[in-house]
Amino acid sequence: MSVFIIRRLLQAGLVVVVMSFIVFSGVFMVGDPIEILVSDDADQEERDRMIKSMGLDKPFIVQYGLFVAKAVQGDLGESFVFNEPALLLILDRMPATMELAVVALLIAVVFGIPLGVWAGLKPDSLASKSIMTGSILGFSLPTFWVGIMMILLFAVYLGWLPSTGRGDVQVILGMPISVFSWDGFSHVLMPAVNLALFKLSLVIRLARAGTREVMHQDYIKFARAKGLSDSRIILIHVMKNIMIPVVTVLGLEFGGLVAFSVVTETVFAWPGMGKLLIDSIGQLDRPVIVAYLMIIVFLFVFINLFVDILYSLLDPRVRLQDVKA
Amino acid sequence: MKPWRQLGLAALAVVTLSAPVQAADVVIGMRSEPSSIDPYFHNLGPNNGMLGQVFDRLTDWTPGMDKIFGRAAESWKAINDTTWEFKIKKGIKFHDGSDLTVDDVIYSYERADGYEGGNSSFRTYTKGKTLKKIDDYTLHIMTDSPYPLMPNDTTTVMIMSSEAKGTGAADKNKGISAKDFNDGTAAIGSGPYKFVEWKKGDRIVLEKFDGYQGSMAQPWDKITFKFIKAEPARVAALLAGDVDMIDNVPTSDIERLKNEPKVSLSSGVSNRVIYLHMDQFRDSSPFVTTKDGKPMDKNPLKDARVRKAISMMINREAIVERVMEGVAIPAGQLLPEGFFGRSPNLSAEKYDPAGAKKLLAEAGWGDGFGLTIHGPNDRYINDAKIAEAIGQMLSAQGIPTKVETMPKNVYFKRASKGAEGGLPEFSFVLVGWGSGTGEPSSPLKSLLATHDKDKGKGASNRGRHSDAKVDSLLDQALATVDDTKRAALLAETTDLAIGKNQGIIPLHYQVNTWATRKGLKYNPRADERTTGIDLVPAN
Amino acid sequence: MTVAQDNMDVAVAAHGDDRDKFEGVQTPFRRFLSDYCESKLAVIGFFVISAITLVAIFAPLLAPTDPYDLASVSIMDSRLAPGQAMMTGTTAHLGTDGAGRDMVSAMIYGLRISLGVGIGSGVIAMVIGISVGLFSAYAGGRVDSVVMRIVDIQLSFPAILVALILLVTLGKGVDKTIIALVVVQWAYYARTIRGTALVERRREYIESAVCLGLSERRIMFRHLLPNCLAPMIVVGTMQVAHAISLEATLSFLGLGMPQTEPSLGRLISNGFEYIMSGKYWISVYPGIALLVTIVSINLVGDRLRDVLNPRLQK
Repeated sequence: MSVFIIRRLLQAGLVVVVMSFIVFSGVFMVGDPIEILVSDDADQEERDRMIKSMGLDKPFIVQYGLFVAKAVQGDLGESFVFNEPALLLILDRMPATMELAVVALLIAVVFGIPLGVWAGLKPDSLASKSIMTGSILGFSLPTFWVGIMMILLFAVYLGWLPSTGRGDVQVILGMPISVFSWDGFSHVLMPAVNLALFKLSLVIRLARAGTREVMHQDYIKFARAKGLSDSRIILIHVMKNIMIPVVTVLGLEFGGLVAFSVVTETVFAWPGMGKLLIDSIGQLDRPVIVAYLMIIVFLFVFINLFVDILYSLLDPRVRLQDVKA
Repeated sequence: MKPWRQLGLAALAVVTLSAPVQAADVVIGMRSEPSSIDPYFHNLGPNNGMLGQVFDRLTDWTPGMDKIFGRAAESWKAINDTTWEFKIKKGIKFHDGSDLTVDDVIYSYERADGYEGGNSSFRTYTKGKTLKKIDDYTLHIMTDSPYPLMPNDTTTVMIMSSEAKGTGAADKNKGISAKDFNDGTAAIGSGPYKFVEWKKGDRIVLEKFDGYQGSMAQPWDKITFKFIKAEPARVAALLAGDVDMIDNVPTSDIERLKNEPKVSLSSGVSNRVIYLHMDQFRDSSPFVTTKDGKPMDKNPLKDARVRKAISMMINREAIVERVMEGVAIPAGQLLPEGFFGRSPNLSAEKYDPAGAKKLLAEAGWGDGFGLTIHGPNDRYINDAKIAEAIGQMLSAQGIPTKVETMPKNVYFKRASKGAEGGLPEFSFVLVGWGSGTGEPSSPLKSLLATHDKDKGKGASNRGRHSDAKVDSLLDQALATVDDTKRAALLAETTDLAIGKNQGIIPLHYQVNTWATRKGLKYNPRADERTTGIDLVPAN
Repeated sequence: MTVAQDNMDVAVAAHGDDRDKFEGVQTPFRRFLSDYCESKLAVIGFFVISAITLVAIFAPLLAPTDPYDLASVSIMDSRLAPGQAMMTGTTAHLGTDGAGRDMVSAMIYGLRISLGVGIGSGVIAMVIGISVGLFSAYAGGRVDSVVMRIVDIQLSFPAILVALILLVTLGKGVDKTIIALVVVQWAYYARTIRGTALVERRREYIESAVCLGLSERRIMFRHLLPNCLAPMIVVGTMQVAHAISLEATLSFLGLGMPQTEPSLGRLISNGFEYIMSGKYWISVYPGIALLVTIVSINLVGDRLRDVLNPRLQK
């Protein structure tokens, strides 16, 4: 067991190192931050001073070395634009993104599971055919397009919801959270629905597939035969069985939700990490771009590591296979 | 010395006139967020605009950039060729209650001059100047050579309290970090508004400073700036009533907003000219080709007649009407009407396709040639569309032109030094220039003077235009303290560099538009800044 | 274009094979066809996507103007409402965009680019994915586990971020967008084909091929591959839709296609500027075109998956 975990840890470490090099060299190939940051009036002397103060006069390998040396100590460099540690800037924005992602996830689950189970139970009814067609629409609609359409409809024409931004923030259990006030909730609603659409379709499909599969199983037939009510069968037996794939996939997809918030945050001016990334790309704030990507790499590598270890605990075959190889 | 330089009385009247005091809060939706609350960190439009409300400067521009008025300074004059004397107003208080004296000014200039790290600093304006305290309210600023632009330069550096945090510590940034400013500890100025908080990516909140002594208006009790980068989202926020004003109104929405009863628009010409630079230094320019796209060993752009012909092929009125939706002014030189040192002889080139063809034939290029125009797509108003329109116009008139636009983060590096040896990569580029000093000396120096790293000239001369006569005229102008004479010299330089040499092709002056809800109006600023001070109730 | 072409072959076959119906022979293909046609929506989706593909292929013949020829596009024609006449006298039935391009022509050409990029990247990704996946399944052991680790890692990163960063690094252009889309897609194919190949490998026909002494390579490509194609078609269809949508999103974020040769996504994002000003046609029509394209592909893909997935067959 421990051999397996150590192997996987080493692999994860290797991935982080390789990715750091790819990300760093990729980002450092692009453009020249000086040209973005310098004022029109600045002369060559001022430009040279800036180049030096940002360490851009050093060769690439030296810059990368310095980055790694600092990164090992948890310092991912200072933002060119804000002159604050890039990591802090991102962590500062993280709660907003997490809030958005969690609300979106809740929307996807709360609406997706009942709809999916319905479609699975009565696959040939008109309602469930509409649900399935609707879920294809949810897959197909580009997020950015839906976002702007929602702003147009709900904020501009109907005036029900605020168009952009985040509402008042309260500190709850040490976390800055906005959803618990009406103002905050009305702000988060549109972007969260927008972000949730894709996952909603996914949950509907998983729930439907799960339900259809389960309904053919013998134990359900047996439960029926025993005379259990339909609602009990659905609530206890079907739910239990579809929750496993739904939870697993959503756990894995949470990272994707965070990543895709790049688009939603741009449309709705939501002050989260994704918007910071797009802004930083525009301003060529290399340390922030690199730090963001490294955080994402870290996040994904360790979610996967966690899942792998979990699986290996549940299913010894995985472990054996790996050791054999 | 003109009278207005002595004391901006007229300007004071302009600034104070408009706003009856009224208790109210206002929310402004802005496109660009400042990068710091530290006034010396980054010489950048959004920073200078935002922080100018919190910190005073010695002098400042009126919204139209036609006059300089005193903020911390009461009066100023050149007492000899190399010394300017500034009298500081008495009784100015900082937000922490302390008095503003010459010590604070010197402290601030020293901090600006010695700022370590960070971005484009204010050293450009502090370099070569020695500040000397005469008494608490008298300051001498000395330079090595005659320096006419002193009151212009003092509109840049902001003044902070020297007691804000750790007086004059010997360390590089005087013991204050960016964080101390961003959380408000060190953000102690003497301007009309106090800094309250900054939620990055979301908002900045300012509050009226009750002890304010200066001449600027304080029309609001609390000003909230929300940062909404996406254009449609910003317009939507205004229409939905979430904000009272937005800046950088997209030109595509102007027509609609005009008809919107809830909204009024304010627009004003800016100090920014959009122009074309052409490769004038390579015999074989990479993006000048034969008509069917093959490389050439001759560069027609080196011929001033060809450059003029290109200028004549561009229908500026059409660009203004169709691309800019009427909100731009066709340009014939570096600054729009009303600015200091303009040439009276130059107006926008007339659209004249027939004349252009004749001129091309005269220069031996009657059969045309191929070009590629390069431009940014996220820097100036409608930049990519302008480039495309020019591509259309030249293509239709025998110069098949490809259009390539890219984000500014890639564009400017390539445009300035993308080719081997740090030379400009492109042959034909679309760029803009905003003159911070309010007169043509800065664009002349950067765009049209011969490129010379050591002298700090021609830093943005991406076509490498070079004419010794232009250089010497400009040097002369830059050393002339007398305003009338300098204005004449600058006009003459412009006439030569643009009118005769066609060193650049000016397209139009940018017009900026702000949209407010009905009942408010914005005094449009030529420096493109968005402030709460210039947003006032309409009568 | 292979995927769409495959679909077209299917369509051609469907009409050409009528005589089989009378003979009542239940070939696997006939069974597939009748299963597929059970869903009317999927049939409609198939015909729509076939029509769209034809339009894209014959764009130069169908479009009233050439939207990419700068000399013939004029800003004097910009932002004309649907039905107005352009300077050349051509009527712009769906209006013109901000640069003066006729929307009908721009959409037809844009469709061509969107489909081209989607299908092109899909095909390249499929070829790479199939090669890597088959190789991995064939080699087995350590090689297989390393390759699949790489695939897993690649798949665990969100496509949008990978493509975003690639395009920031590479810059704009059709070729670069295709590269970025190939990078984010190949792993799906590789994993699918490997999974199927491992299952198929244990089937009797492979075993008998091995007994006949055929070379491994021949077995892989002549016997294994054709039998693995069904899942590849499903993945391929869905991936093409995904790629088109992703390309549009990247264009919206300001990356991807150059502005003078807009794809549908680029047209939409260009039109967003105007959407608040009532000039809805610049982004709404290409938006609808994009939507119809992606939805039809997904309808087809969705049905294919249901039909080809043995687990769901009662």
